[in-house]
Amino acid sequence: MTMFLTIAVIVLIFVVIFQIAKASEYVAVLKGEEVSRKQNNKINGFLMIGFLVLGLIGVWYCNKLYYGKTLLPHDAASVEGARVDSMLWVTLAVTGIVFIITQILLFWFAYKYQENENRKVFYFPHNNKLEVIWTVIPAIALTVLVVIGLRNWFLFTGEPPQNAMVVEVTGKQFGWIYRYPGKDGAFGKKYYKNIDNATNSLGMIWEDELGHDDVVMEQTMYLVKGKPVKLVIGSRDVIHDVGLSHFRMKMDAVPGIPTTLWFTPKYTTKEMKEMTGNPNFQYEISCDQMCGNGHYSMKGVIEVVDQDEFDAWMIKQKAYYLTQFPDKDPANKPAADSTTKTAQVKPAVADKKTVVKL
Amino acid sequence: MSNEAVVHAHGAVAAHEVHGDHHHEHHHHETFISKYVFSQDHKMIAKQFLITGMVWAVLGGLMSVLFRLQLGYPDATFPWLEDILGKWAKGGRITPEAYYALVTTHGTVLVFFVLTAGLSGTFANFLIPLQIGARDMASPFMNMLSYWFFFAASIVMLSSMFVETGPFSGGWTAYPPLSALGDASPGSKTGMDLWLISMALFVVSSLLGGLNYIATVLNMRTKGMSMTRLPLTIWALFFTAVLGVLSFPVLFSGFILLIFDRNFGTSFYLSDIFINGVGALPNEGGSAILYQHLFWFLGHPEVYIILLPAMGMVSEILSINSRKPIFGYIAMIGSIFAITVLAFLVWAHHMFVTGLNPFLGSIFVLLTLLIAVPSAIKVFNWLTTLWRGNIRFTPAMMFAIGFVSLFISGGLTGIWLGNSALDIHLHDTYFVIAHFHIVMGVASMFGMFAGIYHWFPKMYARYLNNTMGYIHFWVTIAGAYLIFWPMHYQGLAGMPRRYYDYSIWESFKQFAELNRFISTVAMIVFAVQLLFLFNFFYSIFKGRKVTKQNPWDATTLEWTAPIHPGHGNWEGEIPEVHRWAYDYGKDGKDFIPQTTPVGADESHH
Repeated sequence: MTMFLTIAVIVLIFVVIFQIAKASEYVAVLKGEEVSRKQNNKINGFLMIGFLVLGLIGVWYCNKLYYGKTLLPHDAASVEGARVDSMLWVTLAVTGIVFIITQILLFWFAYKYQENENRKVFYFPHNNKLEVIWTVIPAIALTVLVVIGLRNWFLFTGEPPQNAMVVEVTGKQFGWIYRYPGKDGAFGKKYYKNIDNATNSLGMIWEDELGHDDVVMEQTMYLVKGKPVKLVIGSRDVIHDVGLSHFRMKMDAVPGIPTTLWFTPKYTTKEMKEMTGNPNFQYEISCDQMCGNGHYSMKGVIEVVDQDEFDAWMIKQKAYYLTQFPDKDPANKPAADSTTKTAQVKPAVADKKTVVKL
Repeated sequence: MSNEAVVHAHGAVAAHEVHGDHHHEHHHHETFISKYVFSQDHKMIAKQFLITGMVWAVLGGLMSVLFRLQLGYPDATFPWLEDILGKWAKGGRITPEAYYALVTTHGTVLVFFVLTAGLSGTFANFLIPLQIGARDMASPFMNMLSYWFFFAASIVMLSSMFVETGPFSGGWTAYPPLSALGDASPGSKTGMDLWLISMALFVVSSLLGGLNYIATVLNMRTKGMSMTRLPLTIWALFFTAVLGVLSFPVLFSGFILLIFDRNFGTSFYLSDIFINGVGALPNEGGSAILYQHLFWFLGHPEVYIILLPAMGMVSEILSINSRKPIFGYIAMIGSIFAITVLAFLVWAHHMFVTGLNPFLGSIFVLLTLLIAVPSAIKVFNWLTTLWRGNIRFTPAMMFAIGFVSLFISGGLTGIWLGNSALDIHLHDTYFVIAHFHIVMGVASMFGMFAGIYHWFPKMYARYLNNTMGYIHFWVTIAGAYLIFWPMHYQGLAGMPRRYYDYSIWESFKQFAELNRFISTVAMIVFAVQLLFLFNFFYSIFKGRKVTKQNPWDATTLEWTAPIHPGHGNWEGEIPEVHRWAYDYGKDGKDFIPQTTPVGADESHH
C-alpha cells in the first residue's frame, strides 16, 4: 500500500513539473524568446553562484560529519603507514588548493560573465605565455608529488629489514590461512595438488622436514609490536587481496604467483582500543579483490602484541605436522603404544601421492 | 569528390556538384525498414545508438538503485523485490549472488553500452559528417553493421539476465580465475559465456564504427576544411576512434584466451588452483596477471574513449555559449593528442597492488601523473574561455559547466590514486568509486547530456523543454555531488568496494547512516533522469519547433544544413569552409560562420 502511495506521489510530482514546464514554454513564446531567455539566464547565473557557496559549505559540513569516522584522526598503525598518511596530507594540500581555486573561478566566471547586452566579449583565442605558465606549474607540482611517492614506493616494495619475521598468508574462498615458519625460520615446501581441506589445508609436502615445525592456523594472526613483518601472500583458488587499512597496506593474493608485503606494527591491539576509544577494536584483514559471492565476509583478524606475549602464545602452538601425525609428536609418546600408532598412520601417508614440484 | 561517390553508390539522395543554388531533390523510395531499421543514414544510426544507449542507461541505473537499496537498508525487506526478482530476492532481500550480478552488469553496461556506444556511437555518427561537411560516413553499410552488432551484443547481454545460474557476477573487469571457473562462482557459468559473447560482438561493433570514423575524418572533409579548422568535437571523436581501434583488439585477445581457458582446457590464466568441493585443478603454469595486462590495455584507454567525446562537445558548447572562441585551440588539440598517447602507457596503474615489478610500477606512476598536465591545460583553457565572455545559460551550457566542475573534482583525486604509494592504501576502496564515478561516469554523462540538449534541435527539428532541462541539471549535479563526495570519506576509512554488507566489520560499519542517505539521493537522481527521458520522447513529437536554421548562432557546418536534413545532409552543394570554427566575437561581430570567406579588412589572430 505504501508503495502505491509513493508511486502515486512521484507521478503527481512529475505531472506538476511537466505542467509548469509546459506553461513556462507557452509564456516564453508569448513574451518572446529573447526576453524569456534573458530571464532564465539571470536565474541560472544566480543559481551558479548559489551552488558554489552552498557547495563549499557542503564540503566543510561533510568533513565535519565524517572526518571522525575515517582512519585519519588516529595515527597510522604501522611505521610505513605514517608515511602514507603524511604523503596523503601533502597531496590533499596540493589538490585541495587547486580544487578550491578552479571551482571558484568556474562558478564565479559563470555568474560574472552571464549575458549582458552592454558587454563586448573579449576575442581571446590564445596566449602562449599563459599556456606555458599553466603547463609548467602543474608539471612542477606533480614532479614533487612523484618524488615523494616513489621514495615511499621503493621503501614499501623493497626488502624488509633484517630482523623481520615472516608469516605466510593464503587466501581461499572465503577465509585466510596463516603459516609461521617455526623455530627453523624456514617454510616447508608445498604443492597445491596435496591440498585436502581436512588434513592438509595448504598442500604441504610432508617429506620436506623444513615444514615439520611450521605452524598453521586460521582466523587470527599474531604479530609483534615494533617488529617488522614480511607477509608472503598467496591464494588457493581465485585472486584475493590482503587489505590492511589500519596499516595502510594492501597486496593481492594471486594463485600461482606469491607476492610479498612488509610493514612494522606500531601499536598493539590493546593500545589501539584505547586510542580509538572503541573497546571492540580489531585489526581486520579485509579481502579487497572481488572473489565470489562471499567476498564481503572474507575477514581475518590480526592481533598485535608485545614480544613477551607473542613468545608465550607461540610456545603453545603445535606444529601442523604434529597435529596431523600425532604419533610423531614427542609429547604423545608414552613409549608403549607408539609402535601401533605408527603402524596405523603409515598406510595413510603412503596413500597420499605427494608430487614434488621442481 | 568521394562524398558524392559514396552517396551515389548506395542510391540515396544525391546532389549535384555543378550548381550551388540549384535545389534538386530526388524522391527516393524509402520503406519503413530502410529508413528506421536498417538505415544507412548516419543521422538515423546515431539516433539508434542514442536510444539503445538510453534504454541501457535506464536499466543500468535501475540496477544501481536496486543494489543501493541493499547497501542503504541492509536489514530491511522489500516484498515487492521478490515479486520482481523472484529467487534472487528471497524474502524481499537481494541475495549476495544477485547483488554481485547487479554490480557487475551495472558496470559493464554503463561503461560499454552507455558511455561508449551511447556516447561516441551517437555523436561520432551524428556530428562527424555534419561538421566536416560530408554527405555520410565513408562506409554507410559498415556503419549500419556497427549498430546492429551493438544491438546483437545488447540482446545477448540482456538474455544473460535470465539464465538459471544468473548473469556474470565477478565484477565488470572479469578477472580470472574467478571469471574462468564456474565452480568458483555460479555467475561464471552460462552467464559468463553470454557475457563474453556479448562483449565480443561489442568489440566488433566498436571496431567497425571506429575505422569508419577515422576514414571519414581523414578523407571526406569538405573543401577548405583542413584538419586545423575542424571543430574540437571532431578532433576528440577522431582520437576516440583511434584509441578504440588500437586497444579493443587487445581486449578481444584477452577474451579469446579466457574462452579457451573456460572451454578448451588451456591454462593461459590458471595455475595452482584448488576449488572447495571440486579439488585441485590440472592447470599449471598460467598467469592470472596476464589477463589484467590485456584487460587494462583496453581498460585504461577505455576511460578516455568515454571522456574524450564529452571533452570535445563541452569545448564546443562552452565556446558557442560564451560567444567567445575556445581558448588555445591548438593547445586543446595537443592535449587531446597527449592524452591519447599517454592513455596507452598507463594501464598498469590499475595493477599497483598485484605484485608487479616495483620498478615497472614507478614508470607507470610517472606516466600516470603526467596525464594530469594535459588535463590541467584543458581545464584552464575552459576557464579562460568563460572569462570575459557573454554567457548564455542554455541547458546544454549548464551541463557543459557542470562537466568542467566534475572533471576538476574527479580528476584531482586521480593524482592521489595514480601515486602508487598512496594507491597501496586507497586501492579498491570507496575512494576509487568516488573518483571514477565523478570523473568518468557522471562527468561523461554530463557531456552526453550537454550534447543531447545542444544537438537535439538538429536531430529532431524541435527543442527540448528548457524548464525541465534546468530542473534536470540542478538536481543531477547536486545529487551527483551528494552521492559521490561523501564516498571519499568512506574510502579514507579503508572501506572496500563490492561488499554486500558491512555490518560484520568493526572497521567499516560506522557508515550505515551515510549509506542510507546516499541510497536515497541515488533514487531521487534516478527519478529525475526519468524526467529527462520523458522530456526527450515528449519533445520528439510535441516539442517547440525549430524555426531558425541556426538556433544557437553557431559557426559550424551542421547549422548550414536544412532544419530537417535528408539523407545526404545538404540539398545543394556541400558548403565550402574558409575559416576555423571559433570566430565568435571577432571584430565586433557576434559570430562568423565557417562558410564566410575571410574579408580583406579582417584582423588576424
